Amino acid sequence: MRYLPKSPADRAAILKAIGAGSIDDLFSSIPAEYRLNRDLKVPRQMAESEIVDWFRERSHENGDGYVTFLGAGAYSHYRPVIIDSLISRGEFLTAYTPYQAEISQGTLQSIFEFQTMIGELTGMEVANASMYDGSTAAAEAVMMAVRLTGRRSVVIARSVHPEYREVLATYAFHQGMPLATTGFDANGRVNLKELEQAVTSETACVLIQSPNFFGTIEDVAAVADLAHKKGAMLVVSIAEAVSLGIVEPPREADIIAMEAQSFGVPLGFGGPYCGVIATREKNVRQMPGRLVGQTTDRNGKRGFVLTLATREQHIRREKATSNICTNQALVALMVNIFMTIYGKVGLRELAKQNLAKASYAAQQFGKHAKILFPGAPRFNEFIVQTSEDPYAINGRILGHKIVGGLPLKKFYPELGNAALWCCTEMTTRTAIDTVVGLVAESERSVKSAKEADVEEVAR
Amino acid sequence: MAYPADFKYTKEHEWIKANGNSATIGITNYAQESLGDIVFVDLPKPGAEITAGKTFGSVESVKAVSDLYAPASGTVTEVNGELATAPEKINKDAHGSWMIKLTLKNPGELNSLLSAADYEKFVAEEGGH
Amino acid sequence: MKDRIRKATRHVNQNEGLIFEKSSAGKAAWKLPPLDVPEVNTQELLGSSERKDLGNMPEVSEIEIIRHFTRLSTWNYAIDLGMYPLGSCTMKYNPRVNEVVSRLDGIANGHPYQPEKASQGALRILKTLSECLLEITGMDAITLQPAAGAHGELTGLLMVRAHHQSKGHPRKKILIPDSAHGTNPATAAMVGYGVENLKSNAQGRVDVSALAAQMNEDVAALMLTNPNTLGVFEQEIHKIADIMHAKGGLLYMDGANMNALVGKVRPGDFGVDLMHLNLHKTFSTPHGGGGPGSGPVAVKKFLEPFLPTPVVITKPDGTLGFEYNRPQSVGRVRAFYGNFGMFVRALAYTLANGPDGLRQTTEDAVLNANYIRKGLEGTYDLPYSTPSMHEVVFSDKVQAKKGVRTMDIAKRLIDYGFHPYTTAFPLIVPGALMIEPTESESKEEMDLFIEAMRSIAEEVEEDPEMVLAAPHTTRVSRLDEVAAARKPVLRWKPEN
Repeated sequence: MRYLPKSPADRAAILKAIGAGSIDDLFSSIPAEYRLNRDLKVPRQMAESEIVDWFRERSHENGDGYVTFLGAGAYSHYRPVIIDSLISRGEFLTAYTPYQAEISQGTLQSIFEFQTMIGELTGMEVANASMYDGSTAAAEAVMMAVRLTGRRSVVIARSVHPEYREVLATYAFHQGMPLATTGFDANGRVNLKELEQAVTSETACVLIQSPNFFGTIEDVAAVADLAHKKGAMLVVSIAEAVSLGIVEPPREADIIAMEAQSFGVPLGFGGPYCGVIATREKNVRQMPGRLVGQTTDRNGKRGFVLTLATREQHIRREKATSNICTNQALVALMVNIFMTIYGKVGLRELAKQNLAKASYAAQQFGKHAKILFPGAPRFNEFIVQTSEDPYAINGRILGHKIVGGLPLKKFYPELGNAALWCCTEMTTRTAIDTVVGLVAESERSVKSAKEADVEEVAR
Repeated sequence: MAYPADFKYTKEHEWIKANGNSATIGITNYAQESLGDIVFVDLPKPGAEITAGKTFGSVESVKAVSDLYAPASGTVTEVNGELATAPEKINKDAHGSWMIKLTLKNPGELNSLLSAADYEKFVAEEGGH
Repeated sequence: MKDRIRKATRHVNQNEGLIFEKSSAGKAAWKLPPLDVPEVNTQELLGSSERKDLGNMPEVSEIEIIRHFTRLSTWNYAIDLGMYPLGSCTMKYNPRVNEVVSRLDGIANGHPYQPEKASQGALRILKTLSECLLEITGMDAITLQPAAGAHGELTGLLMVRAHHQSKGHPRKKILIPDSAHGTNPATAAMVGYGVENLKSNAQGRVDVSALAAQMNEDVAALMLTNPNTLGVFEQEIHKIADIMHAKGGLLYMDGANMNALVGKVRPGDFGVDLMHLNLHKTFSTPHGGGGPGSGPVAVKKFLEPFLPTPVVITKPDGTLGFEYNRPQSVGRVRAFYGNFGMFVRALAYTLANGPDGLRQTTEDAVLNANYIRKGLEGTYDLPYSTPSMHEVVFSDKVQAKKGVRTMDIAKRLIDYGFHPYTTAFPLIVPGALMIEPTESESKEEMDLFIEAMRSIAEEVEEDPEMVLAAPHTTRVSRLDEVAAARKPVLRWKPEN
């Protein structure tokens, strides 16, 4: 097998050196009754060209070349080519976790830069080296708030991504953490009156998302006020990282749990992505995940090391802040490079383009169908409510090799025939005009069907 | 290493010095040597209740964490703020670096602790020093 | 020193500061196409939510970025450069075809929420990988959702709890051998279980009579790594499984060491009820400096109802889809479906190997570990004489007499051109040297490693200071971890 660097002669020499008669001798500690004496029933060994062909078929079966209007926690942004050029270098791709600092300075310095830039963008003082994704980052941030406040219950907004809420429910269930959910108002934002009722002196934290699942920007200051007044912390989840280019970060938050996928990480059918937790310095000892710190070597030279390791599983074991070991390092490097490429000016311009595209699309859709939650500012997502079931409309849109907005019935049935649409800098005017046209057609035919019915009845 | 005769000791390497109803607590030189460079000390706040034999905080080196066990029960009256910024003081002078002061709930508890001589013997057996 | 080191040589190596130190206003590495929709007035649209300033975010050009990261990369050791003898990490070759196929358009740019009709490719990848992993482990059902081994452990224990809950009593404790990886007890605590330690016997295996004594109806499960972290196969696994099952407990296997078992034996066949796999270990997905990983959890049929939601199903019309209606599921452990990119790579690895390749890989892994064991026996103390599988654990007992410990030897190994082995783990071996070469090492590379380790042992006798002050040839010498922990500096600031 071509990945194995030994010839039959090598194997024979090694067996001789060990003093073993055959390779089976080395497996003799496995009781005979369990040893497999047949081949595994997996597909036969393939040549490299066959492997590529197999996956190419799968790619064709997976909407390759399609345009997407989906967002909802995973965003289609342009990935500058040097990201892959750089992360594909073997010294990054095939390197281990940087426990041996002297021969991992490349990884360590780039994580230090990542931590700095996330801190800068989120307005927080410290950030970690990554969590699995936005959903688990949110769950871990909530548990962090529980540890910091010594309180047990959590209030979570319904405008937080439904799957994030499911993950939190799973994590909370076994930690004895009662969860209360508060609804959203007519503007798609957290209902402040409901929130005020829900937050008590037992509340460890309030969790909101901004921009929220609907694309709407929350009134973070007002929510922070309510939470802090009762001694609870505010945890803010950010799913669309590009928003940080043009939307003020939630500076009033105690902990921010981010999904950084928008920064140069492929959609990849849901993963791997890049969660991050950022917070104030005073909370750092309760923060999960790896942290890189700056220090000096024996000659006074600047260098970087993993630090505050006593929070982690390999030392604290059952008292660790989290069980996390492997994180999302290579993906965080993609994020790092993306943030470096766009930088101070580019991130703002990128975000502005997103805003402009979504704004245009919402405006055009709005001529034919209803745009929900117009009373609050949005970033690059909005909800379109149609007369026809969005699944049916999307079926027709798919014929144009376009994937339409996410029907919301399964998450928010009260919104009726609503779908969540996302436009980024990748979305062309042509694509927008096409889908708007199809929705317009849909509205017209429903309308005329209704009129036909009326005529029928009248006749 | 001479262990101060006016201290009492636990098998978990804490020392306690009583003065009537109040006492001062720290860790022994053996403890700081075993831990190595101390980087952080996690202590309770004034007003906290601690119970003899139960943990009341922890002390960290780069690669390890050790729980601190209360030699006696009582209410914490003072915490050594210097250790928050300079935990290395414990390495330099463990017996001179107090961690917490407390009002003893039951001063009689100290009678079951080790004397300096007994502690020295205990340490010699344990560490092969 | 010059004569003894054959694998590595010093070379001019580029310096590079922090990217922020290169930043200045007006430099740019980006360019966006012109807007094809009307410009917007951000002030109007966002009001007080508008961000005016991105602070100290850098401004640099493309070539500076290329040089920056290229220079940084040259400061790293990597599998592509040579062996990593790290125990239980399985640092094997990361095949490049894996990288190519994961970048095919429909795979790289598929949105997790796209309609099932346009997701048949991804679903087929999920199904095929699942089937392969089930065949390899001998289990009945699987979830690919967990993002890493620890996440898999969490998912597994959630299912253990759900199972016991369904029988009326969630139970209180998990038994964990003292040789276990730190994620095991950390995970048990996260699921609300207490942890009870299980002692190892003189052969480094589970003490079966201790297990029998400790097993009762308060114990939900035993978390076992097999082979264990000493590289030793639990020969009495049948008894172990029976003891657990007799009192209604479950046997969870940490699959970190599957590289010793694939194609030779299946955990499902020797009594395991559920287990996790580490795709970034056994299945060649790249470590990337610390992740991403993937930790699928495979279970026996009776645990299938508790799997995280959704599961992949075949619909009546023959197409594939996701099933969300799972009333007994433990819920979700993350958004979407898991680290899909790692599934693609793991599947490509499996297809490249086929049944013969997989078996031969395992055989070579065990062969290599035993070759190194033979080569270093007598030079380093071997605390357990039990046969090794894919990894071997020595101790620094001999060298400690000269005041040299495992970490020092590891640092000196760096000068010889290798990455250190795992130091100070497992905890049951004080001063451990835990070595796993994997099948990816040639005889030549292993001979260089054995030679290096022998040479260092000689240095310990002749010139211990050389070892104690190592490494000598790296860009930075030993770093002050104490200062880093006492006064953490976790980000760059302009005044730094």
